[in-house]
Amino acid sequence: MYRVVKIEKIVEETPTIKTFFFRDDISAIPGQFYMVWLPGIDEFPMSISYIKELKAFTVKKVGEGTRCMHKLKVGDKLWLRGPYGRGFKITDKKALFVGGGSGMATLAPLIDRLPGDVVIAARTEKELLFHKRFRGRKVYLATDDGSEGFKGLAHELVEKLLEKEKYEIIYTCGPESMIRKLVDIAVKRDMDIQASLERLMKCGIGICDSCSINGFRVCVDGPVFMKEELIQMNDLGKFKRDKSGRKVLL
Amino acid sequence: MLSFTLNGLKFRNPLILASGILDESGETMLKVIEHGAGGVVTKSIGIQEREGYENPVVYELPYGLLNAIGLANPGIENYGEEIRKAKEGGVPVIGSIFGGNAEEFVYLARKMEEYGADAVELNLSCPHAKGYGMEIGTDEALVEEIVREVKRNIKIPVWAKITPNTDVVRIAKAAESADSLVLINTVKAMAIDIEAKMPVLSNKFGGLSGPCIKPIGVRAVYEVYREVEKPIIGVGGITTGKDAIEYLMAGASALQIGTAVYLRGVEVFFHIGKEMVAWMKKHGYSHFTELVGIAQVR
Repeated sequence: MYRVVKIEKIVEETPTIKTFFFRDDISAIPGQFYMVWLPGIDEFPMSISYIKELKAFTVKKVGEGTRCMHKLKVGDKLWLRGPYGRGFKITDKKALFVGGGSGMATLAPLIDRLPGDVVIAARTEKELLFHKRFRGRKVYLATDDGSEGFKGLAHELVEKLLEKEKYEIIYTCGPESMIRKLVDIAVKRDMDIQASLERLMKCGIGICDSCSINGFRVCVDGPVFMKEELIQMNDLGKFKRDKSGRKVLL
Repeated sequence: MLSFTLNGLKFRNPLILASGILDESGETMLKVIEHGAGGVVTKSIGIQEREGYENPVVYELPYGLLNAIGLANPGIENYGEEIRKAKEGGVPVIGSIFGGNAEEFVYLARKMEEYGADAVELNLSCPHAKGYGMEIGTDEALVEEIVREVKRNIKIPVWAKITPNTDVVRIAKAAESADSLVLINTVKAMAIDIEAKMPVLSNKFGGLSGPCIKPIGVRAVYEVYREVEKPIIGVGGITTGKDAIEYLMAGASALQIGTAVYLRGVEVFFHIGKEMVAWMKKHGYSHFTELVGIAQVR
């Protein structure tokens, strides 16, 4: 059954990303997601980017559903089910947060809650998400084109940081190729890691097998996975499954 | 107390994963087997790759699930590796197939046999796909022809999964040349969101599953058991050991579990097995097969 909420505020974060604030009494933990239905258009999974009294989705335009969501105004309604899935597990290890692209949306409420340094990466300066949200933190920026901060990929910046500073855990969300690299780094350096994965999702409740990766269901076993699970995922960063369930190159 | 043989296949317990739930990829089926399933039936596979319907494809209700996935599947040519992977689990793997006519069913069944499937299950009952499933499975002559032709062309056992959305006894008789009958598939249904003022599923209609359809399944098994001399595999709303025993008493020789995976987690196979054994011990039964059909009133 869906719950209907009203959009209370909209913030334009980047040319392709907007944040939609709403009120919902049901409590959620960082890393969990909702299924958002826009009647007559689409239903898609969306992680929560603000988690307090006002909750929010931070949405990048990627397909038909999210493009339509960007056209919504304050006062328009959203149909929700959830929150679903396993969120981040809080530890007291010294943390480095690594968010790539719109992956920062998932990571942000965890950063609000835990101390640690932050790496925010995007293709270009205009697409950096939440780089002004965390005051009093060390925030390192990386862009593929060098238009802001470190020029290069997130994991390259992480490698550089790890040469100077010791961290015990990486919390991450972003493109799967980036997560794959970070898992390899965590294994090499004997660090812990937790990563939130994103896969094509249909049911959101653990029955349809669409989002499974090597036998792990992203919707109920994840979306946040622990190091010992991530290292078992041979397909991570390499193969995905399309809408028919066929395994194809990522 | 739970191991048995059906159509020459050895099962460690009668709790088989139903088609359509967590059975698209071989690796996920292995996980389900690790959690105690006695066997697994694959997602229904067709000739062509199919993306299925747009979301929403599933809707949660207080008493079950409504779904119209739309027979999403990678197509039979891409499915061999998934069967081979699932077979590593060491329990029978049953390949579910759907076609538009007897010729397609035969082609798919032969492929499943070639891939190493232990049996095939004919999907004659999906309630939400145009030209397939129930649209074929309500035509007695077509059902009779499909089952007979598949049976003639492969050596592995053939299971026919029948729709409850018609006269089940009539269709079960038409499918009598199958090695076993699987009763029931989901019940054709609909939900409307009154705030949105429209059907929730993108396909409008879907199949209802879970505890709410158990009485329909039990009735179908009971009716067919009296009329057809073939083993029946009961499915529809089995969530607890007591539900399982109810189906056995109606006449089922084996059971399939689907929506209960959503309600109680993948561990549900262990839980139901334990609950069955506890009930049987308490009531003085030493094997589940002693219960088959005992509630039939003659």
